Amino acid sequence: MTYDAGHYDVVVVGAGHAGVEAGLAAAKMGAKTLMLTLNLDMIAFMPCNPSIGGPAKGIVVREIDALGGVMGKVIDKTHIQMRLLNTGKGPAVQALRAQADKPLYIKEMKKIIENEKNITLRQGMVDRLIVEDGVCKGVITETNAAYSAKTVIITTGTFMRGKVLMGDLEYESGPNNQRPTIKLSENLEELGFEITRFKTGTPPRVNSHTIDYSKTEIQPGDEDPRSFSYETTEYITDQIPCWLTYTNEFTHQIINENLSLSAMYSGMKRGTGPRYCPSIEDKIVRFNDKPRHQIFLEPEGRDTEEVYVQGLSTSLPESIQHSIVRSVEGLENAEIMRAGYAIEYDAIVPTQLWPTLETKKIPGLFTAGQINGTSGYEEAAAQGIMAGINAAAKVLGKDPVILDRSQAYIGVLIDDLVTKGTNEPYRLLTSRAEYRLLLRHDNADLRMTELGYKLGLISEERYAAFTEKYRLVEEEKKRLQKLVIKPSTEVNAFLETAGASPMKEAVKAYDLLKRPELSYDLLAPIIDADPSLSHEVTEQVGIQIKYEGYIKKANDQVARMLKMEEKKIPEDIDYDAISGIATEAKEKLKTVRPLSIGQASRISGVNPADISILVVYIEQGNISRLAN
Amino acid sequence: METDTITAISTPIGEGAIAIVRLSGPEAISITANVFKGKNLFDVPSHTIHYGKIMDPETNEIAEEVMISVMRAPKTFTREDVVEINCHGGMVAVNRVLEIILSKGARLAEPGEFTKRAFLHGRIDLSQAEAVMDLIRAKTDKAMSVALKQMDGRLSALIRRLRQDLLETVAHVEVNIDYPEYDDVEEMSHDMMRTKTKEVHQEIVELLQVAKQGKILREGLATAIIGRPNVGKSSLMNTLVQENKAIVTEIPGTTRDIIEEYVSVRGVPLRLVDTAGIRETEDIVEKIGVERSRQVLKESDLILFVLNYNEVLSDEDDKLFQAIQDLDYIVIINKTDLEQKLNLARVEELAAGKPIVTTSLIKEEGINELEEAIAKIFFAGDIDTGDLTYVSNVRHIQLLRQAKQALEDAMEGLELGLPLDIVQIDVTRTWELLGEIIGDTASDSLIDQLFSQFCLGK
Ligand SMILES: Cc1cc2nc3c(=O)[nH]c(=O)nc-3n(C[C@H](O)[C@H](O)[C@H](O)COP(=O)(O)OP(=O)(O)OC[C@H]3O[C@@H](n4cnc5c(N)ncnc54)[C@H](O)[C@@H]3O)c2cc1C
Ligand SMILES: Nc1nc2c(ncn2[C@@H]2O[C@H](COP(=O)(O)OP(=O)(O)O)[C@@H](O)[C@H]2O)c(=O)[nH]1
Ligand SMILES: [Mg+2]
Repeated sequence: MTYDAGHYDVVVVGAGHAGVEAGLAAAKMGAKTLMLTLNLDMIAFMPCNPSIGGPAKGIVVREIDALGGVMGKVIDKTHIQMRLLNTGKGPAVQALRAQADKPLYIKEMKKIIENEKNITLRQGMVDRLIVEDGVCKGVITETNAAYSAKTVIITTGTFMRGKVLMGDLEYESGPNNQRPTIKLSENLEELGFEITRFKTGTPPRVNSHTIDYSKTEIQPGDEDPRSFSYETTEYITDQIPCWLTYTNEFTHQIINENLSLSAMYSGMKRGTGPRYCPSIEDKIVRFNDKPRHQIFLEPEGRDTEEVYVQGLSTSLPESIQHSIVRSVEGLENAEIMRAGYAIEYDAIVPTQLWPTLETKKIPGLFTAGQINGTSGYEEAAAQGIMAGINAAAKVLGKDPVILDRSQAYIGVLIDDLVTKGTNEPYRLLTSRAEYRLLLRHDNADLRMTELGYKLGLISEERYAAFTEKYRLVEEEKKRLQKLVIKPSTEVNAFLETAGASPMKEAVKAYDLLKRPELSYDLLAPIIDADPSLSHEVTEQVGIQIKYEGYIKKANDQVARMLKMEEKKIPEDIDYDAISGIATEAKEKLKTVRPLSIGQASRISGVNPADISILVVYIEQGNISRLAN
Repeated sequence: METDTITAISTPIGEGAIAIVRLSGPEAISITANVFKGKNLFDVPSHTIHYGKIMDPETNEIAEEVMISVMRAPKTFTREDVVEINCHGGMVAVNRVLEIILSKGARLAEPGEFTKRAFLHGRIDLSQAEAVMDLIRAKTDKAMSVALKQMDGRLSALIRRLRQDLLETVAHVEVNIDYPEYDDVEEMSHDMMRTKTKEVHQEIVELLQVAKQGKILREGLATAIIGRPNVGKSSLMNTLVQENKAIVTEIPGTTRDIIEEYVSVRGVPLRLVDTAGIRETEDIVEKIGVERSRQVLKESDLILFVLNYNEVLSDEDDKLFQAIQDLDYIVIINKTDLEQKLNLARVEELAAGKPIVTTSLIKEEGINELEEAIAKIFFAGDIDTGDLTYVSNVRHIQLLRQAKQALEDAMEGLELGLPLDIVQIDVTRTWELLGEIIGDTASDSLIDQLFSQFCLGK
């Protein structure tokens, strides 16, 4: 018998990276929110690498921050080092990455959740959903607590029927020996969801005292203070380095000789692993001509001696892991503290979701994070915040929020998932974004803050600072449009010392800035730069002017794309009533149920001819609808 | 609703002499006026025809003398502004005009798009909806498969190779971006990128030159007329040419003794290829030997096999039937005005289901039926055309041009010293455009390439 444990607007199942953003977004929008999770000491725990950000992912963290999420703020407070990557490249691909202090990250995140007045945080294992008339009405835990809810967000990560694999050792478990979630997964299957099986792996951790760092190369953080969050004002200065070493022929020999012992090669694993996260076994088999592979040694925090051995992800037996680790230079005497393992788990086929992350099958039920077939903390957090926003919006009677592919990496991620699905754990890459020049690290605030503010996730002060920043940017751009620089001897002498070719005739400062070799900072003395303008402002001015041509080209493409997005497809369209669409395309359309012609055209298996017919059918306005 | 202006060659069936380039959309008149020397088209009344010249904007020379009909919305087929440019010069000229119009901002119409617009603007009534959809489906599929099928194997192989080159280059840049610490691959340099883009650019330029010579573009169905002496082959050629007012052109760069006659039969472009030798002896089997005639036959897309109604079947006829048994042909039984000596049943047997048409060229009988048979065989897609049709040709040329432009943008970026990830935007665009030519637009291939080319991971 269950007991009535309370009534909520939004119930979030899980407090991983997706769960915390979901819960906080919903609560801040004003929804009465309950968060249930297996272990309160493991909130936003990182089961794998101690790092947040990187190309594409780092930009996502900035987007989450500009939407009012917390991942950026927390990592700003708890990192051991931070670096801006791709500084030698264009502004579109630069991204921050931080090495996290894992225990501190958890602590900080827990504090934030505990202090959010609209959130009730509770430990508990959800076993099943309450579904009435096909609509999700709440959850029931293993302790028979029945929580009624207007919306439920499941963010259970890799816990669903999780199975840990190491050599021939195999046991049911969540990550890091936490309890697996069995019943909820079965319940979802019973409710008719299509489930797929994925896998991922993690390398061993070794004790820092047993590493000979003198044989490795130091990898320090940046000296310049940086932050993910636009709100961070305090910077951590005492950073801790990472270290670089390599595998060698000997390492490869050990692995080759023991391949048959790997859980992967003995054929036990059914789940599909990601190509971008291969185990060391995979790497050695697939690229057997490579004499060595990089190994990064990454501390897991300030107050722990555990060091993450990036590059040695493996599911070989523990005994072999010892030999492998010790074959690596600098690790000859290293002591493994936790062995590496692979984990296999259930994920929901994400084409079963609307772009709001609500399931099509059961209104009121949302899913976010690794359960949707992604991999990565940032990908999880991105979905979490969107699911939180949309669940709360539904409860509060507000419009759903769907980001398009030109607005944010978050939009790219979710559109890819719900439109194309994925046959391996999905990771964001810059190459997945067709408009990446628009989706920059530097302008995430410009893209997201307005929306975050409208949703009530961005404070008045922050919004005021944001509008002021862009007012200054526009003003400065206007000034540079008007300012004429004459080719005086001083100016040309200045340009020459700066390594730039001299000017022949007078030009606007604006046009001078377009020269690739000249930056705003460099030109500051001859363009009467106002020293009170912040770096954020002048950086924006510089980028917007310098890449104006390319940005315009991208915007033109976006305009074309949006025209297709604006052609809406009614949710209840009856595809069977449309003659002329190919059978395969019809099946795909019936599964994905795209909301726009644009989305429909991205479904694989739907051809231009099918799209033409669909457009004609919709535009002539006489659509058959599914009888409900 | 659609706001751009579309164009295509839309020569109505049966009017082979005149080829028409049609434009529809808000800029139909302004785009045409832009390249037209004659009356000011903005001022002319609707539904009037005007003589003038289409000027080539690049050379400022006269490209073609034309008659232009201006029809203003809404009383037009599409209910948009429509312009029709009537060209008399045949295939070559009409393609040139189309290219000029495209270069001024019109978009090549999708298959069935004029009809689609007519439909969307309510010009065609609702009960015809299904027919319209079938039409669009058929035309789109046909255009796609025609484009692919009709592309020269070497061309598509070349484009595939260029794309692979570009893809590897792009993947290299991507790996530098997504895995900045990955040390296994050297950082792509501006020089490396410059070399790659130059190579590909050169190949595209050459392709476009070839296209200019008409080797890709402007070819109709290679059509051979065969038969024993005196059956009426020359008469047939003349009839087709006169009926359809063919143009006799000499393709620059080819030898003088190869003469190609282009005729458009009910919208089907035929290229009647004839060498001087064959022309004189009028019997290819006799003159050039069985082997070579087989070769000539093989290079043809369509064979018109003429028999004499007034003669009995000979061994030679049997041989010819054998020689063409795997090819697309139409049997023409000529001279029906004379006494029948031909064993018709036997001919039907030998033709094994291929179309048979009876004619009397002297009395001008049966010509309509023949033209119909040609059109039918083409539009039914029965013919395995070795050459490109003009529609897909123009599309390919357009795409090649755009690809060249994108690559030039990339090269300009390189010269300016812009970061490679910016330059790469245009390289990727080039790759996409080339992909459209061969109908391959899957965007996932970059990610596949990334992970197969490089050893990445944690
Ligand atoms: C072994 C391993 C290796 C990985 N390697 C990488 C990597 O190299 N790079 C990378 O980017 N990502 C990696 N990941 C993935 C990364 O950890 C996840 O993508 C990310 O944590 C997913 O976040 P999430 O919020 O979806 O789920 P999680 O962070 O896993 O959180 C799930 C939450 O749900 C709770 N929960 C589960 N079931 C229930 C239930 N029934 N009732 C209540 N609460 C429940 C859990 O307590 C937990 O709080 C790895 C994961 C594992 C396990
Ligand atoms: N009676 C009759 N004579 C024809 C017909 N077609 C062609 N001829 C004549 O047949 C002769 C040979 O024609 P020609 O076209 O030169 O045949 P070829 O040798 O096959 O090229 C000419 O005198 C033509 O006028 C026809 O339909 N009926
Ligand atoms: Mg003759």
